[in-house]
Amino acid sequence: MNPSIDFHAFAPEIILTGAAVVCLLVDLFAPDRPELVPRLASLGVLAALIPVLTLAADGADRSMFGGAFVVDNYALVLQGFFLVVAYVTLLISVDYIGEGDYYRGEYYVMLLVSVLGLLVMASARDLVTIFVALETITLPTWVLAGWRKHDTRSNEAALKYFLIGVLSTAVMLYGMSFIFGMSGSTLLSDIADYAATSTPPLFAVAVFLTLVGFGFKVSTVPFHFWAPDTYEGAPTPVTAYLSVASKAGGFVALLTIVRLAFFPSGDSWEPMIWVFAAASMTWGNLAALRQTNAIRMLAYSSIAQAGFMLVPLAVAGDVPGNSAWEAVIIYLLVYGAMNFGAFAAVIAAARRTRSAEMDSFSGLGRTDPMLAVMMSIFMLSLAGIPPLAGWFAKFVMFRAVFDAGTTAAVVLGVIAAVNSGVAFFYYAIIPRKMWFHDPAPDAVDARTQPTPIALNFAMLLTTAAVLVVGVYPQFFAKLGELAFTPG
Amino acid sequence: MDWFDDWALTLAVFLPAVGMAVVLAIPRAQETAIKTTALLTALVTGAVGVGILFRFDYDAAGSFQFEVNEPWIDVIHSRYHLGVDGISLPLLIMSMLIVIACIIYSWDHFPEPHNPKAFLALVLLLEVGLNGTFVAEDLILFFIFFELVLLPMFFMIGVWGGPSREYASIKFFLFTLFGSALMLVSFLAIFFLSQRETFDIVTLTSFGGEGISQGTENLLFAGLFLGFAIKTPMFPFHTWLPDAHTEAPTVGSVILAAVMLKLGTYGFVRIAIPILPEAAEVWAPWIGLLAVIGIIYGALCCLAQRDMKRLIAFSSVAHMGFVMLGIATLTDFGLNASIFGMVAHGLITGMLFFLAGSVQERYGTREMSRLGGMLNQAPKLGWILGFAAMASLGMPGLAGFWGEFPAILASYDPAPLADGLFGGDNLWTYRTFMVFAAIGTVLAAGYLLYMLQRVTFGKVGAEFENAHIHDVHVPEWIAWAPLLVLIVLLGIYPDTLFSLTDPAVGPISQIFSG
Repeated sequence: MNPSIDFHAFAPEIILTGAAVVCLLVDLFAPDRPELVPRLASLGVLAALIPVLTLAADGADRSMFGGAFVVDNYALVLQGFFLVVAYVTLLISVDYIGEGDYYRGEYYVMLLVSVLGLLVMASARDLVTIFVALETITLPTWVLAGWRKHDTRSNEAALKYFLIGVLSTAVMLYGMSFIFGMSGSTLLSDIADYAATSTPPLFAVAVFLTLVGFGFKVSTVPFHFWAPDTYEGAPTPVTAYLSVASKAGGFVALLTIVRLAFFPSGDSWEPMIWVFAAASMTWGNLAALRQTNAIRMLAYSSIAQAGFMLVPLAVAGDVPGNSAWEAVIIYLLVYGAMNFGAFAAVIAAARRTRSAEMDSFSGLGRTDPMLAVMMSIFMLSLAGIPPLAGWFAKFVMFRAVFDAGTTAAVVLGVIAAVNSGVAFFYYAIIPRKMWFHDPAPDAVDARTQPTPIALNFAMLLTTAAVLVVGVYPQFFAKLGELAFTPG
Repeated sequence: MDWFDDWALTLAVFLPAVGMAVVLAIPRAQETAIKTTALLTALVTGAVGVGILFRFDYDAAGSFQFEVNEPWIDVIHSRYHLGVDGISLPLLIMSMLIVIACIIYSWDHFPEPHNPKAFLALVLLLEVGLNGTFVAEDLILFFIFFELVLLPMFFMIGVWGGPSREYASIKFFLFTLFGSALMLVSFLAIFFLSQRETFDIVTLTSFGGEGISQGTENLLFAGLFLGFAIKTPMFPFHTWLPDAHTEAPTVGSVILAAVMLKLGTYGFVRIAIPILPEAAEVWAPWIGLLAVIGIIYGALCCLAQRDMKRLIAFSSVAHMGFVMLGIATLTDFGLNASIFGMVAHGLITGMLFFLAGSVQERYGTREMSRLGGMLNQAPKLGWILGFAAMASLGMPGLAGFWGEFPAILASYDPAPLADGLFGGDNLWTYRTFMVFAAIGTVLAAGYLLYMLQRVTFGKVGAEFENAHIHDVHVPEWIAWAPLLVLIVLLGIYPDTLFSLTDPAVGPISQIFSG
């Protein structure tokens, strides 16, 4: 019997696949019109948003392939998020890729394929589907990380990322194979049934291996060491994508697996996630304090932010209702907006100063006040200062901690509180240099070299999101709540 | 006028934000337009304040008026709840007044690196946070406004400040950030432990910590205490203050001293004590002790200063000690005194910082050993300094007196608490505080008169003999006149304020009256 396919439920994936193919063909047959591809890619991403919206309006949960692929509110909220993120990635890529000595068409094809993986990840409810989605996300990014072909750093970035990626995949698959062996199914709901029974110690080992694999993917300490080098070496728009989108993909996979499969067996995953969270926050912050390069600083900051994001997950077992899961989703949405904004601002600033060293941003407040204001907004939002969106992400995290109320949760909460204080110190470096210091004598004035429109648009979008959500967080909070409302 | 009652507080809080947006939209070169817009915004906001003063029901000063209660963040049960009562009204009005004075004062002399556009935008943003904190009736809303003032002040100190501005600004920020993180943690714990599913201050006040074990309540209070005590600042959390004040531009110092410090003491009166009264009883003697140490320590530090502005900064530590002592008595007499003290300190110390700024501008230094003979060169400025110093040392007939004297008096007869310090008798603990606080007033007279003598009396030093020292400018007169008038008015007829605050603090002191 052929499985019946609900084309409406699949429409976002189909449109995106189509867009990727069209981009490839256009690049092949119209090589003299390179500006066409990014436009088509953007159009494809925006077109894929339409079925997401119609599916959301329809509201019914759709399950396919024996429950391995589900389109519910959770999937739709995340797909919407991923598509917006993809659009912003395209915006910040256009001029960067256009101006450098890069292959252009293929870049967009790779990006769209990776986004396709993200969309599938949101709907995946089965170990194999999750694995395939994860690889679809990562494979193109290995190539993208090495896009600056003649730069040894970029080569190093790609190679490190590739080797670690393969290693983590292997570890994860090994763990998954144990799980399948014990539970007899790859479907998350079946695994959850199995986890609720008295499981042998081997199950804990399997969970451990799977989570270590995810630890690499979302770069939590102690599996983070590849991230700063890769982030620094890769082209900056790719770094932005890696630190937000592909990381979010890993997080969503982790969230789905923990919530739907491992949850009944709390002892097997809670302590590990607790350690991941505490170590990532602390080490990420301490290392970030010592950075002089803006991109490396953001790399370590994203490790610390991953730690914050894991906090609600670590205490989820003791939180009544869905508020811990909601906290993860809300944190993810807020983090996406502010971190993307931060990268866009760093790209814009580095265009002007020809360097991503933080020292080179001195006096930007005088040479380009608009950019400096936006950069300050992103940095301070990352630090969690109200009334910028970051505060709400931190708030829902703390809320989950106190809702759980256990000793382990409160200790984690205290570690998080201290770390939020420390974080301000390095997030404030760039604003301080921009506003408190004088510009270098050879600084380029904003009027002589304006920021490209697409980049400005990306920054405006993210600034608006950070400000609006900061003042009226209900908007993202509602999305977080919606994600766990059955259709 | 119904619409006014519904919208007054929202306008009072967010008009400055609108003004800020307009200021940001005006090109940087059009300085007059920028200044006019900022001033107009502050004046219109002030007019809303006057409207509130007129429409306020003084017979019901104990309850919240002009209330707004709309949904804000449903998911976390936080609401947009504003209201004003006898405690918050004087502080709200003072905040509006100080901002107007600051904008007028800085009209012709913006500190380096100039840039009135950014400077005034920050001042207006500050006003949003200040006004909002005084009228917020929801813990999360309060937290947002409480934090909102940090960023503009951080940039104001860091960009327009003195030589070690970078150190001062980051120190200021980290101290307050640390305090407010713990405060937020306590807010959340109160939310869950109260089991009321609300952050509403009014509801939580009526809940009053019921059902929370004493030990937990003490811990929660500790979190709130740190948040508010750092902001106040109380000894030993005051070390950010002298640095921040010394480095901040004049207007920054004025707003910081006159209004921002009050956010901490206001938090004690509005949130910490009414919501967790049992813990407040346990903590009160310790707060009193720290307050008294602050009074003596602040005064001694003042005596050792050479920089005029730093001296005024340390005098703030001492004066806020009196305010905290009044609060620590937990009596209506003490609480009334503390709110009076907040307003009086705001007007007087604000005035002193204005004067320090004018001295700095004229002489290029605030080093008291280099100054002298101001009465010869700029007599009006000298007399105003003398007047402000007298008010600050608590001379009867001026506003400062009514902040300090009743606070000392109240500690003669504190609320009947279980224990004093170290398990000793509560009454004698507070009476000991009283003696030290009284010594503090003598020291205050000492350092203020010392400053006055060094700066205004004697002969002009050789350094400034031939310098042209301009006496008080017109913008200075306009900015200072309301403050000076109010200092006298509240000094002669303190009942204007006491009659407002008394009904509002009544219910709080009632909890502790035995």
